[in-house]
Amino acid sequence: MSSIKDILAVDDEPVVLTAINKTCTSERLKVDCAESAAEALKRMESQDYRLIISDIKMPEMDGFQLLAEVKKRGITSGVIISTGYATVENAVHALSEGAIDFIPKPFTADELLSALYRGLRYGTIVSSENKSGNILPYVPCPSRYYRLGYGSWVYPERDGTAKIGVTDLFVKAMENLTAIELTPMLSDIYQGNSCAQMRDARGLMHAVMCPLSGQVIQVNEELTEAPSQIEKDPFFEGWFYRIIPTDLEYELPKLVSCSSDRL
Amino acid sequence: MPAWLDKIGFRLILVVGVTAILIIGVFSYFNIRSHTEVLLAEVERRANQLSETVKYSTRHDMLFNQRERIHRQIRDIGEQPGINRIRLLNKTGEIVYSSKPDDIGKMVDKNAESCFVCHSDQKPIERLTISERTRVFRLHPDSVRIMGIINPIYNEASCWEASCHVHEPEQKVLGVLDVTIPLADVDAQVQSSRLEMTIFALVSFVALSCIIGIFVYRWVEIPVHTMVTATHEIAGGNLNHALPENRSDELGQLARAFNHMTRKMAEARLQLFQSDKMASLGRLAAGVAHEINNPLTGVLTYSSYLMKRTASQPDIQEDLKVIVRETLRSREIVKSLLDFARQSVPKKSAADICEIIRRSLSVTENQLRLHRVKVETNFNEDMPHVVVDSNQMQQVFINLLVNAADAMSESGGTIHIHLARINLSPYGTTQIRKALCNKNHNLMSPDIKINGLPTIRLKAKSEGAEGFLYLDPIYGSHQHEYGILSGNIMSLQCPQCLTSVINESVRCPKCNALTYSFEVAGKGVFRGCTRNGCDWQQWPIMDEAGVREFVEIKVRDNGIGIPPEDMSRIFEPFFTTKGQKGTGLGLSVIWGIIDNHDGKITVESIPGLGTTFTIRIPVKS
Ligand SMILES: [Zn+2]
Ligand SMILES: [Zn+2]
Repeated sequence: MSSIKDILAVDDEPVVLTAINKTCTSERLKVDCAESAAEALKRMESQDYRLIISDIKMPEMDGFQLLAEVKKRGITSGVIISTGYATVENAVHALSEGAIDFIPKPFTADELLSALYRGLRYGTIVSSENKSGNILPYVPCPSRYYRLGYGSWVYPERDGTAKIGVTDLFVKAMENLTAIELTPMLSDIYQGNSCAQMRDARGLMHAVMCPLSGQVIQVNEELTEAPSQIEKDPFFEGWFYRIIPTDLEYELPKLVSCSSDRL
Repeated sequence: MPAWLDKIGFRLILVVGVTAILIIGVFSYFNIRSHTEVLLAEVERRANQLSETVKYSTRHDMLFNQRERIHRQIRDIGEQPGINRIRLLNKTGEIVYSSKPDDIGKMVDKNAESCFVCHSDQKPIERLTISERTRVFRLHPDSVRIMGIINPIYNEASCWEASCHVHEPEQKVLGVLDVTIPLADVDAQVQSSRLEMTIFALVSFVALSCIIGIFVYRWVEIPVHTMVTATHEIAGGNLNHALPENRSDELGQLARAFNHMTRKMAEARLQLFQSDKMASLGRLAAGVAHEINNPLTGVLTYSSYLMKRTASQPDIQEDLKVIVRETLRSREIVKSLLDFARQSVPKKSAADICEIIRRSLSVTENQLRLHRVKVETNFNEDMPHVVVDSNQMQQVFINLLVNAADAMSESGGTIHIHLARINLSPYGTTQIRKALCNKNHNLMSPDIKINGLPTIRLKAKSEGAEGFLYLDPIYGSHQHEYGILSGNIMSLQCPQCLTSVINESVRCPKCNALTYSFEVAGKGVFRGCTRNGCDWQQWPIMDEAGVREFVEIKVRDNGIGIPPEDMSRIFEPFFTTKGQKGTGLGLSVIWGIIDNHDGKITVESIPGLGTTFTIRIPVKS
């Protein structure tokens, strides 16, 4: 087997593949392209990739089936799911099926790169912590917390409100956090949609996917003043919002319980 | 049965015509009868006179028994025109003298017409009136009618004292003078009268029919035909079809009621249409979005990639920035369509509406300049924040501005953007659930509903008419149902106890008409104007308690305006007045966005003068 390549892009639209290819190449990332899931699987037989980015809607085998096949074959590459039909259901489903990220189309070069870099770093962190090379998203988050992918967490409190934040893995996956942009008080936020932006040292913006829908009733203002605080204590002092959930019963089961991670 | 038999016009003509003929017929009958009597009486008088003349002129000759002279005299008189014949009969019935010499010597049956009157009691009657001595008869069925008059010749002293000694003194009647006159003239006159009357009746019938026909055609046929045509139009789906309302009669009222109904139907259909079209638009958008997003990914990734590559070339950067910005806007449009498809709520946050409009203006700046459009605004900084999806709202204003610019003529124009914070009472939205009369009778009527809500039923009297009035239960809405009522309302009562609800002391501040009032259970007094057409209503408790604050944005242009026939359709998906220019998605998307914000969007337009869009967004407390 030759040396490991960075990215395998899978999409039935050549223009999307070319765009991904150009963007990545300009950043000196090594990219291969596949126009179908079958072609992608074939390439993976002879080549290792650190990261796979795949469309959902493709003829014959779709993105979800590819994701399942990758897991089945024991391939450790992280998979990012991307689709033009960016519904909350698709995003949440992809993440619960083991995709490490979800990126809605159309995306800018920066949005793509921020997701790719995060994905690449995520792979590095996980594999370095786990010498076996298993990239299964083990996230050390406190019990009674719930998470959306490896990115954001939610902690339902006894009074009916819920706290929202990002995991330490998400913070580590983005290099050198420089700023956090939070949404204002009383905003409505929705599960699967972006609810905060985090800027890294390169100037890339990382969107935080909201784990739970609700109305923001408290914003952790200290965080915007001292973003580094989140690196120290992402699960407690580094919370983002306190919200009044609008659809807790429906949305919570879609998240991964951190308690189950500890089993 | 032929169709024309079923027509109101024909039936009316038939009834009036038959009535006219009947009246003229009865009148003619009596008229001709009295006319005939007058004519006969005249002939009778003449005959009698003649008879007397003959009697007295022959008296002397009789006394001296100058038979030849009598013969000649009777013959000469009998030859006069208009006289049938003159006969003189003796008491035995023998014709002694006659104008027709052949008759002389013949015997007349005592039962024959000329003798019958005198001999009906088997003995001669000495004194008879003229009419008793007169008879009308025909010689045979085909001949003309003849009038005969008999004149008895009485015995006188000179008769029996005369030298001839023919008659005995005991004998009372010596003989009878019988004069007969043909009635041909009279009959001809009567006949011509009958003919005249018949012609008169026929002419009247035709004239009446024509006059009624013309008026029925003008007053009934044409309006009914117009109405039938209108009904067909409405049934065919053209709810813009209106009837002329220029008549003041019942058909005019019907036309106005008809138009009112049509307008209500159009409104209801628009709402139905809107929600239906929105739903199908959503489904369509969902399907299209996926397809659009792939090419959009190409454009967005390429252009943003190029921007990174050309960071050192500011001239290219500017151009690329536009591509990226506009592609991002397209992404938001597609995303909002997808959100719409999922009926998801917009991404609302507290935002400064002035800032949103400013951003929209800077996006459309080039386009407005190109169309030579000036923009005037009245931004004041103390506008309250509204909880909106800034991107969607920006899209709304961009669309409105671009539409306004497109509506301008070559020489350009001005767009006024007017912001105001307004307080709206619950007027137009709050429902009266329980209305009570003075004696606490429930006035609500579940039988008649307006927009699905029970109405307030009042007994109403107007000039001459009486019926029920069903008030729209929505405060400020006036889709009242009028029973059989027309004209001004004279009295309004509780249908149960007939207590008047009219308040003599409170006059309508709008038109000074009388007002009515009733109690709304637990929610104070409700007042309204009794004049049909006046929209004044007052519900003080609601006005005070339920005032909500809105931000009102008016976007007014002085462009070509919207033709009235298009007004009802402009919020429909894919409706466009710009020909091939736009996709027409604009206004229906705007409608959906504003609706998603609990807001209202209305449009007023005067063709040639311009269009004003009014948007009201609630300020959440
Ligand atoms: Zn009563
Ligand atoms: Zn009034």
